[in-house]
Amino acid sequence: MVEPSQANTDAHWRATTRLMFIHLGVWFFFGYVIHMFVIPLNKIVIPVLGFPLGFYMAAQGSLIVFVVMLFMFAKQQDRIDREFGMAEDD
Amino acid sequence: MATQTTTSADAFYKQLGRMYGTYTGGFLAFIVLLALLEQVGVPNKILGYLFVGFTIVVYAVIGVMTRTAQVSEYYVAGRRVPAFYNGMATGADWMSAASFVGMAGTLFLLGYDGIAWVLGWTGGFVLVSILIGPYLRKFGAYTVPDFLAFRFGGNVARFLGVIVLVCCSFTYVTAQVYGTGLIASRFLGMSFEIAVFAGLAGILLCSMLGGMRAVTWTQIAQYIVLIVAYLTPIIILSTMKYGIPIPELTYGAAIQEITAREGQMLKDNLAVLCTVESCPAGSLKPHIEPFINYSPLNFFGIIFCMMVGTASLPHILMRYFTTPSVREARQSVAWSLFFIFLLYFSAPAYAAFSKLEVYTNIIGRDVTAIRPWLFTWGELGLIQICGKNAASLDAAIAACKAIAGHPGVVRLQDFVINTDVIVLSTPEIAGLPYVISGLVAAGGLAAALSTADGLLLAIANALSHDIYYKMLDPKAPTIRRLTVARVLLFLVAVIAAYLASTKPADILAMVGWAFSLAMAGNFPALVMGVWWKRATTTGAIAGIIAGFGLCLFYLVVSRYFPGFGVKYAGMTSLLNPVTGKPVIADLAAAMAAPNAMESWPTLAHPLANKVGWFNLNNINCGLLGMPLGFLVIYVVSLMTKEPSKEMQAFIDEIRKPRGRTVLEEKV
Repeated sequence: MVEPSQANTDAHWRATTRLMFIHLGVWFFFGYVIHMFVIPLNKIVIPVLGFPLGFYMAAQGSLIVFVVMLFMFAKQQDRIDREFGMAEDD
Repeated sequence: MATQTTTSADAFYKQLGRMYGTYTGGFLAFIVLLALLEQVGVPNKILGYLFVGFTIVVYAVIGVMTRTAQVSEYYVAGRRVPAFYNGMATGADWMSAASFVGMAGTLFLLGYDGIAWVLGWTGGFVLVSILIGPYLRKFGAYTVPDFLAFRFGGNVARFLGVIVLVCCSFTYVTAQVYGTGLIASRFLGMSFEIAVFAGLAGILLCSMLGGMRAVTWTQIAQYIVLIVAYLTPIIILSTMKYGIPIPELTYGAAIQEITAREGQMLKDNLAVLCTVESCPAGSLKPHIEPFINYSPLNFFGIIFCMMVGTASLPHILMRYFTTPSVREARQSVAWSLFFIFLLYFSAPAYAAFSKLEVYTNIIGRDVTAIRPWLFTWGELGLIQICGKNAASLDAAIAACKAIAGHPGVVRLQDFVINTDVIVLSTPEIAGLPYVISGLVAAGGLAAALSTADGLLLAIANALSHDIYYKMLDPKAPTIRRLTVARVLLFLVAVIAAYLASTKPADILAMVGWAFSLAMAGNFPALVMGVWWKRATTTGAIAGIIAGFGLCLFYLVVSRYFPGFGVKYAGMTSLLNPVTGKPVIADLAAAMAAPNAMESWPTLAHPLANKVGWFNLNNINCGLLGMPLGFLVIYVVSLMTKEPSKEMQAFIDEIRKPRGRTVLEEKV
């Protein structure tokens, strides 16, 4: 258990902000950047399934990334909260 | 509040899994029972009524059983809804009639470009979890304007928050009531107006007595119905076609077949390709080719506006006020997206299977050999062949004969389908028994009802809690507060139903507008309120007015006062995404037409929705409003005095999950 102090509060917020930017970066990449390359990506066809890759990323790939990323974010933020003694009691 | 938790309530929460497990089993057994009834010859119409009637009765029973007389139960379900179940409830809250019925049709029509909606309506939950939701939960608000009022110095910010909330939620709820009317009238043969008011009764029974608490437990039940209904037909279809019951994997093969068939159709002169030189209505737009329905700016604009709009819509944010902890609020956003994902990643499969059916079994066939499933929808005016409603085989043959030089086989340009038909007709295309069609109708109704419940509650709560209790009568006793809340809920619902029964032309577009309006009005103030201590009251108020005002101006002018926009606001014609030519070929001539300066023109007006700035569709007006909102908050905040030490300490407090909620309501 860490004592609450302004320094501790600030450190907790710095870690939280850092995590926020990392996740926003991933969100931006899979929400936008990758779809800007849809035309070259569509030249690649996923073997067996038959999807053009650019189409697949928009219709499924990015969605899967978003879901997985939200579960990871919940875990990572909770770890930060615990580290700085800011987490709620279980 | 939570201190009043009794042992029986604890037992209730422990039994949730068993209760909803039994409910799901019961629902599946009910489907089997109806399938048996169909086999012994019970007519379709009765099956449809049984399906819809039974599910609505179940929702109503849950709504009545979970009635409450406690304020915190009414507004935030006592903050005791576990993350997993709140995720399901949010899924139902989120997925509207448009998602259930319309999305697959949009993907059918627009191909790759339609996926902008799928991406936009999922990725926003990332922003909810990272930037806003958990912090509002820690704050302990009952409504979104509650937070704005506390953080930005009182009732001006609260009132602005209510205006934004009502503007974006009211049109949205009207669209849901409209959706219930549409589904009920198509499947049960009721008249549209009666169906609207029948739907209204269903909505009120779920929400009026129990507020958030009742809406939560019915939404979970509605989610189960809607997801079973959405996935069942497409899983059966995938198994029939490819032998694998996972349509999300098998539709890759369907897409390859579509692309091959598109080439064949062009070779056989059955379709005209949409090219840079000319792209007439009805021409072929290849399914996987990007940026032929939306320009790249509008494609990414839709994704961005829908995502940021998701994170700003009050009826979504308030669902995360109901979890027991900040930690569970975050987990709950993840579960929400998971449950939403199950539907959204299946929608493109519907589109692909339907398109393949149309391209192989309708286009290129002799008009006399059209498959009969189509005529049910033709009668309703939802499918046209050769420019006439395909009500029967004779009607279709006659219509095509009337076209000079028609080859006698159906060409792509001869075939027009309403997007709503794609999901609703899939069971018939696959030749499945009627019971599956009834299931789909029940699912569509569940989607519309659950979203309407959430939206109505958001509006009524803002009016009763923010306007009545916080601004008009802060000393009102609990009983009166809850009575006012219920009366307002009833009134808003009746007005929405009345409006829906008049079938307003813009109703479906308005759902899209709601996202941009919420984004421009709420997002900058909410994000800066949590993430920037220096944001001041004056800054936030100026930012909300500027951002929301600009977005509203752009929408209203380009839709309702386009002549004014061209003449005084420097608007020009939007461009065709394929040819790059202006949509209005001769703007000067259109402006010279006698009705160009007329206000409130109909959708068919040559200028309506077709003018704007920077070739930006008006649905993306948030793209203008939100950056302006951020800029104004930033600049004005720096010009005004820094927020007080107490306010800064308060912001520190909402950033820490540990500890009591900042705002403590008296019970």
